[in-house]
Amino acid sequence: MSYTLQYGQIWPYLPFLLDGALLSLQIAFLAFCGGLFIGTLGAAGKTFGGPIVKRLINVYVVFLTNTPQLVQIYFLYFALPDVGILLSSYVAVLIGMTLNAGAYLTEIQRAGFESVRQTEMEAAETLGFSRAQQIRYVIMPHVARVLFPPLSNHYILMTLGTSMAAIFGVEELTGRAFNVNAETFRSIEVFSVTALMYIVITVAATAILAVIGRVLLRARMRII
Amino acid sequence: MLDRLIEEAPQFFSYYNVIFLGKAMLATIGLSAVGCLTGIIAGLALALVRLPTGVLWWPAKVIAVFFTELFRRIPFLVTLMLIFFAFQLTGFDLSLFVVACIAVFLIATAFLSEIIRAGFEAVHRNQWDAAAAMNFSLLETVRYVVLPQAWRIILPPAFGFFVLFIKDTALASQIGVVELTYAGRVLNNKGFSAALVFGTMLVLYFAISYPLARLGVRLEARLAKARHR
Amino acid sequence: MPRLDIVDLKAAYGSLTVLDGITVSVGSGKVLGLIGPSGSGKSTILRVLVGLLKPAAGRVLLDDVEVRYSNAGDVKRVRDQLAIVFQQYNLFQNMNVLDNVTIAPVKIRGRSRGEVEQDARELLAKVGLADKLKSYPDELSGGQQQRVAIARALALKPEILLLDEITAALDPELVSEVLDTIRVLATEGMTMLIVSHEMGFIREVSSKVAFMADGKVVEMGAPAQIFDAPSEERTRDFVSKILRH
Repeated sequence: MSYTLQYGQIWPYLPFLLDGALLSLQIAFLAFCGGLFIGTLGAAGKTFGGPIVKRLINVYVVFLTNTPQLVQIYFLYFALPDVGILLSSYVAVLIGMTLNAGAYLTEIQRAGFESVRQTEMEAAETLGFSRAQQIRYVIMPHVARVLFPPLSNHYILMTLGTSMAAIFGVEELTGRAFNVNAETFRSIEVFSVTALMYIVITVAATAILAVIGRVLLRARMRII
Repeated sequence: MLDRLIEEAPQFFSYYNVIFLGKAMLATIGLSAVGCLTGIIAGLALALVRLPTGVLWWPAKVIAVFFTELFRRIPFLVTLMLIFFAFQLTGFDLSLFVVACIAVFLIATAFLSEIIRAGFEAVHRNQWDAAAAMNFSLLETVRYVVLPQAWRIILPPAFGFFVLFIKDTALASQIGVVELTYAGRVLNNKGFSAALVFGTMLVLYFAISYPLARLGVRLEARLAKARHR
Repeated sequence: MPRLDIVDLKAAYGSLTVLDGITVSVGSGKVLGLIGPSGSGKSTILRVLVGLLKPAAGRVLLDDVEVRYSNAGDVKRVRDQLAIVFQQYNLFQNMNVLDNVTIAPVKIRGRSRGEVEQDARELLAKVGLADKLKSYPDELSGGQQQRVAIARALALKPEILLLDEITAALDPELVSEVLDTIRVLATEGMTMLIVSHEMGFIREVSSKVAFMADGKVVEMGAPAQIFDAPSEERTRDFVSKILRH
């Protein structure tokens, strides 16, 4: 069975796909921000909270990091209507990804908090820093520098993770690729172009984040 | 709602369904395992290709680097689709499970070759030097000196990748592989309530992933201890 | 009758010239001692000889046959004829002492295991480690590890032995046990090229000493000459600084 590659048929759909890519980035960004917020609370709770708080956060983290994001979103999308909560596919994906990110980012940020060494704190104290100054001049720069690489890495992973939104009909990049495939049947062409777009997005994002990390925070980042 | 779940439960956990879910769980683990086992062999090959310094090795090295960087930057779903359609259009008659395994294999190769490379680089330069000075070929050096030292560094992250990927296998449901997520959708379509079905799916995935993850942590601790005898 | 001639050897790490025209030679049964400040290139000569660094220019002749380091066959041959002992011992961490010594002759040279093991036991007894055959490198002291490294090099039956600052990484009290081993080899007529900071030892064991600085040979001659009556200013400077300790 012969199949000739005809990328020409895909060409008119490029703007359509690129728009989808923008939506992918948007979803990733929103979910990351939400997850970061949850993660900060969670990390704070695990580091400074009482035993019950720690337990609860731990259950949340362990459960969400050991189950697939896809099934988590399936649950939100299909199971919640049974209790009357109807979510659009976009919202379900967004909430699902946010909760998932929250779990991972709790762990990442907790590790970051714990990496502030006792000795640094003591040094700052003996130098006469007030508590607020300690936080501002010692803890925060250190934590920011330590957290930036793993957080950037997770952000890139999330950008790739948005592709499962296609399964729910969300018109992000992969979703639109499915559409184009359904219309043109040029499967290899469509999905290879889509793959290429993801590669470009991740390479660009990695490079930008690495530059930001190195310049602003003197974090140890790989450029590519 | 809870009473509805309780009502459905006995029918849901029928003998046939339990077997069905059990087989699906095996498929889930199997997908990741087969992909990772084959991937570690190919990953080793890729890591080896990047070792020699001669100019003649450049084309192979470029391909190896290209491959590794490529498959780490494409979402699994897209890779899956590409492989699926590639095989469909070239007329090979492969089972969906095999197609999915191939997709996992490609991604696993890319990630595992990086892990292996890191393991090689963790072995001190002077081990490589001593072997070279005694006329060990590159392969002999890796076989007798480097790999026996590097495997302890390679195994924990490689195992971790395997456990991680079990969650990604859920996407294979999209091409019709009868793994756990697909099984869930089948049961949901049969009429069981989504909460029961997907709730059970989550619990089953957890039951697979969590113990293995803990095993990985213990494995890592064991290997780290053994190194510092 | 092994003979090593190095003619105008030049080598560099990237843009940094490390060897700037080295000409030395070692005759059969003789010992050449290389001394000089750090960074003078002494260890680099050994690394070039054994093929770990490609020379930029110059010639190396082993038994009057040129060794072309760009040719893989030549490199293989020279590694068969020379054996090197490193400053950091470079023992294979995943093998015990006996395997460290036997692996190259058995797996690489293809000799019979029984014969090689016998050799190895003799060599390890000779360096005083007959009771450590099954120990692993991380269970041994630095001096013991270095003696294993010497046995490992000797098991290859080299024509010329290269010793790269073999006592520099050792605690002072472990140095003499290693030097004793080398002393025995010298009296047995092993042709050697020794890079070392142990001036007394170099003086005692060498037939010829070369003082190097900045990648060049500043002065070469009999030990008595170099240490007692150096003709070059630089050599005088160095020797006087050393002897002050």
